[in-house]
Amino acid sequence: MNDTKATEKGTVKESEEKRVGVFVCECGVNIGGVVNTWAVADYIGTLPGVKVTSVNKFTCSDSGQADIQQKIKEYNLNRVVVAACSPKTHEPTFRACIEQMGLNQYFLEFVNIRDHCSWIHMWEKEKATEKAKDLVRMGVERSKLLEPLQASEVPVTDKALVIGAGVAGMQSALDLADMGFQVYLVEKEPSIGGRMARFDKVFPTNDCSICILGPKMVEVARNKNIKIMSYSEVKAVDGYVGNFNVKVEHKPRYLDVAKCTGCAKCSEVCPVEVPYDFNEGFGTRKAIYVPFPQAVPLRAVLDKENCISCKACAKACQSGAINYDMQPSYTDLNVGVIIGAVGFKTYDPEPRHDFGYGLYDNVITAMEFERLLNAAGPTGGHVVRPSDCKEPIRVGFVNCVGSRDKATNIYCSGVCCMVTIKNAQLLKEKRPETDQTIMYIDIRTPFRGYEESYNRSRNLGVKFLRGRPVEVKEDPVTKNIKVRIEDTLAGEMRNLEFDLMVLATGIVPNEGINQIQQLLKLSKAADGLLMEAHPKLKPVDTTIDGVFLAGVASGPKDIPYAVSQGSACAGRATILLKNKKAITEGITAIVNPDVCVGCQVCIPMCPFQAIKMDEQAGKANVMKALCKGCGTCVAACPTGALEQSHFKNNQLLAQVRNVFKFQEVAA
Amino acid sequence: MSAEAVAATKTDGWEPKIVAFCCNWCSYGGADSAGMGRFQQPASARIIRVMCSGRIDPLHVFNAFLEGADAVLVTGCHIGDCHYVNGNDKTKIKYKYLENVAHELGIEKERLQLNWISASEGEKFANFIRDVTEQIKKLGPSPLKPEGVA
Repeated sequence: MNDTKATEKGTVKESEEKRVGVFVCECGVNIGGVVNTWAVADYIGTLPGVKVTSVNKFTCSDSGQADIQQKIKEYNLNRVVVAACSPKTHEPTFRACIEQMGLNQYFLEFVNIRDHCSWIHMWEKEKATEKAKDLVRMGVERSKLLEPLQASEVPVTDKALVIGAGVAGMQSALDLADMGFQVYLVEKEPSIGGRMARFDKVFPTNDCSICILGPKMVEVARNKNIKIMSYSEVKAVDGYVGNFNVKVEHKPRYLDVAKCTGCAKCSEVCPVEVPYDFNEGFGTRKAIYVPFPQAVPLRAVLDKENCISCKACAKACQSGAINYDMQPSYTDLNVGVIIGAVGFKTYDPEPRHDFGYGLYDNVITAMEFERLLNAAGPTGGHVVRPSDCKEPIRVGFVNCVGSRDKATNIYCSGVCCMVTIKNAQLLKEKRPETDQTIMYIDIRTPFRGYEESYNRSRNLGVKFLRGRPVEVKEDPVTKNIKVRIEDTLAGEMRNLEFDLMVLATGIVPNEGINQIQQLLKLSKAADGLLMEAHPKLKPVDTTIDGVFLAGVASGPKDIPYAVSQGSACAGRATILLKNKKAITEGITAIVNPDVCVGCQVCIPMCPFQAIKMDEQAGKANVMKALCKGCGTCVAACPTGALEQSHFKNNQLLAQVRNVFKFQEVAA
Repeated sequence: MSAEAVAATKTDGWEPKIVAFCCNWCSYGGADSAGMGRFQQPASARIIRVMCSGRIDPLHVFNAFLEGADAVLVTGCHIGDCHYVNGNDKTKIKYKYLENVAHELGIEKERLQLNWISASEGEKFANFIRDVTEQIKKLGPSPLKPEGVA
């Protein structure tokens, strides 16, 4: 086979007879259970040019692919039509399959009769079969007009950009750096660490969060291959796999990080106090402050919005680091791959006043409770209630706030059950006299040690009540929270009173998600978080080559899962970085200079500046390396001089024409 | 799926033929998501994939009508989400002209529709196909449909 490969590849001439083979997949019963695949194959076999049709239980399987290869040989096929699932997942498989037989990979036509037919017409078998016949006929006619193309190779810059320095992003950065690649780690906050830095303890082992994260943060800072860009944001991205040009903005800290020692003398003298965001708004920080004691880099930052320009900090700073006139600065990076690990935020119950949040002082969120538990938190680890700073005895926990709720978000945030279980345990351990009630819809504890942790809570005496509060009121005198709830297991209404109520708020997209979605042209899933290339087989890839996603940005996850994804991204990225080359689609716009009149309508159509005028010839010229093959210029060309390879007008019109068939009208 | 939706897909009788142009990155993915979510819809649409909605040429749209389409759908990514920066902005502009020409030709507005559907909006895709199919069923076959074409 190898001998023929070189000579045959892409050499089919226009005049050569089109010999089409059609392979209809049953996909088990996914297609075969609805569409009569044999009837489709029989019908398609009658079309001109179709030399062979075949029905396979699983065309993508080894035997299915072997069948294609054997029939290419036996029938001397030069076009292959696969009628199966989605080209978005399986086109590469079959392209490789036919290429192995010496056919140009673009001689494959992929017809979707599963997602676009059998799955959506489950109860209309006849109509689905007729539709499948139409779809395959369209594919067959298009296939005859397909032309050979060559995928091109582009060099890959062996540097990586990681956006977001939470635990997932840090893991990606460390793994890539340890493999010897230069990594730029961009974090919008003044310190790396992300959400995990704010947790008190992490389930199911209840180890101190910052104690395991802190050393990792330091490791990131010490790694000579990692350049941390904290308090910075990615502002623009262009280019493509292997060669992304990225503009990073460094927000002004209003002090020279090279001079600042993080001694916090400036904060001591600063007279302005504002709610401390790191503590979820509990307690205060100064207008100039070190983000938190374990911050990396351990440098102060001046919050200009709240600064009153009293200049006390400048006087207190012994190294003279303060600079009130600092402007944003910019760095241009050239990287081969981008890893997005932009994290999430928790659902805000304030606007809807869910369960009285925002109306009653003693209703707080789980993140706020987390900071109250934390020894470095606003109360030094003493859990007190906001209304009177007394230590609560009866504490209610409400699960699924902003999750599994048609009024807010229908999806399960995955981690909140364990967060609540852990928080209840920690309080019980601190103060055994407390009484905890967890109000839940279902308890979800699917991974190692989680069910055990749930059992541990029960053994500690934490009560679990299946139901959702239907009424929440505050006692005007005691400020206690009175809850009316149906105990759905006992089948009775109950009235409960709590000193403090904690809402397990779910995971929702943050601003960073919207930003990188737009910058990198990613897709969002129905939950508003970012979408992976394939939910099962390509969980960290995206539809953009060279861009990967880690952590909660692509769906709710716990810490081990986020860390695994961080490593997975590093692994996937290394394939490109190490090979130093990437294969890009051969689909581009092409100019027919004989037809082009040099009107230049196409030039502003191209967002990639891929079309330039050949001034001498007075014709448009497409630069293939820059062209991404969208075809927008082609549709704009008034003379028909521009064509898009693989989506030529005649190819698309063959599909349009074959949607229909001509029926003899009865006289 | 609602009982009405099931009933709607089971209604017998004439099924219009709808040509739906979908962009590879969003609306084609939306159609895939409709499949993955098993969002049932009438078997009326035939999808033609292009890389970007910006590639959809009036040539393709009017050819579809002349060949016998009862409706033609132009679909792409939501504005701002285009895989190719702003191809769909150009689609939007072009579509205005398309609409005018179609109107001049006496094609009812229901027969030519534009919609932005993301790769995750499977249910939206299915609802769109169902809605258009119902509208076209009320209108009957396209006046441009040549005789003898199914």
